[in-house]
Amino acid sequence: MEGLSERPLTAMMKADKSAVTLSEYEKAGGYQALRKALKTGPVELQRIVKESNLRGRGGAGFNTGMKWSFVPMNAEGPRYLVANADEMEPGTFKDRMLLEGNPHQLIEGMIISAFAIGASQAYIFLRWEYTLSEERVAKALKEAYAKGYLGREILSSGFGLDIRLHVSAGRYICGEETALLNALEGRRAVPRAKPPFPQVSGLWGRPTVVNNVETLSNVPHIIANGAEWYRKLSRSEDGGTKLYGVSGRVRRPGLWELPMGTTIGEIFEEHAGGMREGMNLRCLIPGGASTEFLTDEHFGVKMDFDSVMQAGSRMGTGTMIAVDDRTCPIGVLRNLEQFFSQESCGWCTPCREGLPWVEKTLGAIEEGRARPGDLEVLEMHGASLWIGRTYCALAPGAMEPLRSGLKLFRGEFERHIKEKGCPYRH
Amino acid sequence: MLSNEERMEIEEELKAVPFKRAASIDALKVVQRHRGWVDDQGLKDVASMLEMPPSELDGVATFYNLIFRRPVGSHVILVCNTISCWMMGCEDLLKRLTERLGVPLGSTSADGGFTLLPVPCLGACDQSPVMMVDGKLYGNLTPEKVDEVLKENGWKG
Repeated sequence: MEGLSERPLTAMMKADKSAVTLSEYEKAGGYQALRKALKTGPVELQRIVKESNLRGRGGAGFNTGMKWSFVPMNAEGPRYLVANADEMEPGTFKDRMLLEGNPHQLIEGMIISAFAIGASQAYIFLRWEYTLSEERVAKALKEAYAKGYLGREILSSGFGLDIRLHVSAGRYICGEETALLNALEGRRAVPRAKPPFPQVSGLWGRPTVVNNVETLSNVPHIIANGAEWYRKLSRSEDGGTKLYGVSGRVRRPGLWELPMGTTIGEIFEEHAGGMREGMNLRCLIPGGASTEFLTDEHFGVKMDFDSVMQAGSRMGTGTMIAVDDRTCPIGVLRNLEQFFSQESCGWCTPCREGLPWVEKTLGAIEEGRARPGDLEVLEMHGASLWIGRTYCALAPGAMEPLRSGLKLFRGEFERHIKEKGCPYRH
Repeated sequence: MLSNEERMEIEEELKAVPFKRAASIDALKVVQRHRGWVDDQGLKDVASMLEMPPSELDGVATFYNLIFRRPVGSHVILVCNTISCWMMGCEDLLKRLTERLGVPLGSTSADGGFTLLPVPCLGACDQSPVMMVDGKLYGNLTPEKVDEVLKENGWKG
């Protein structure tokens, strides 16, 4: 199929946004990678995926094959695979496209991945609000069972897999893999201490791998075409293509599958068309709410995990939020921190108590009620909610935009305090 | 008392899980689907089916944003108020909605028609600002379009 070798994830997708049907998927080569994988064997599959340098697309960027290799393959008893489809990182809308546009691609990726780690039970953990995804994934699962791609004996290989769709009841923290496991067990979705890591002790204490939807959707293409082909799709060290997105007041908000390592400037200017008429870019949040701000100085930075890290932020989910110069940057920070404060699971004290304090302090500054020392209070939180001080990455993630915002928008903060209010609201 | 249908649907959920507790969210959703929300008696009955203390099940129920432990209106409106939608004007939508329905965010209109709730990022940021009504997504909204969506869902105004 045209474009499939350059844009494996999306070339099959249809202009009318209806789902790729099973027969269309098969006609374009779908489920051939599964046949190949079943003949290849788990250890070899893990090696191929590791060599492809596929890195976790949920935001952390860990090498997927490496993650799989931590599963003890000779342990007795069940092992589990979970597709993390709880897309809730603000500004992120990429997994929705994969779930709605080509659910069979995800299912094939899951079967291959489950085979590679010896899991006979898998779950798709989907957020409640993705109702169209739910409908389409449920239909695709039924079709896959009917065709013998799922069930007790897949394509006469002796390998069997059951995939169950779990629709969540809404909470950002469920995207954190250990909180997600608690949610699947029917508990409050609070994170667990690591170690042990889920690959060793996850769902019901059994070895479990949690992978993001985009990560799993890449797997069939890697198996079909090889690790070297996959690495060559990329313009950087990380393998493959990436679904990049831009939202905010840009000319063409949207999503594009591009070579990994496409520069921020190219994504923003050529694909999103830059800011709308009469507006300028103030800053952008490169990969979801929990990443540090970047500016047009960083247009030359490649969007891959290591390059964005070197630039002082994180690629995260790869979907950027563009902030224009007519939007109050203190308001942006307040909105972000309000989200994190609301979605804190309440399990550990620094996050539960600290985030509302941050939110209220930002609110006071924006509304002209700032008190001396407020900026120091914010800076203190930037340190005391940082990595290593909390149970999981939610609070440090919340501090990433705050810490960089305190530096980048210093003048704006001082102006709000001096003028006792928000100059953008007049 | 759970209705026969509720009981049967929960039993169906129980068949698919290795431990009863694992069905807790699905079981609460069964009750919510039938009653619109999860009342105290419903919660106690589900807890007894799952062999969980009611307090523990309530801990689960109240943790999740979309399990309702208070009555909601015939239609539930979820308005995204997170960053991209906030920049694209969700406050204008909220202003229009609260004016039309005559209640603040987090409340149900006096006629019981609509409950208005904020929701974190709906993952449709290329269509900001967005909202959902009873699970249906509406994008690229303006205050005028909000009126149309309300009418489509039976708002008499």
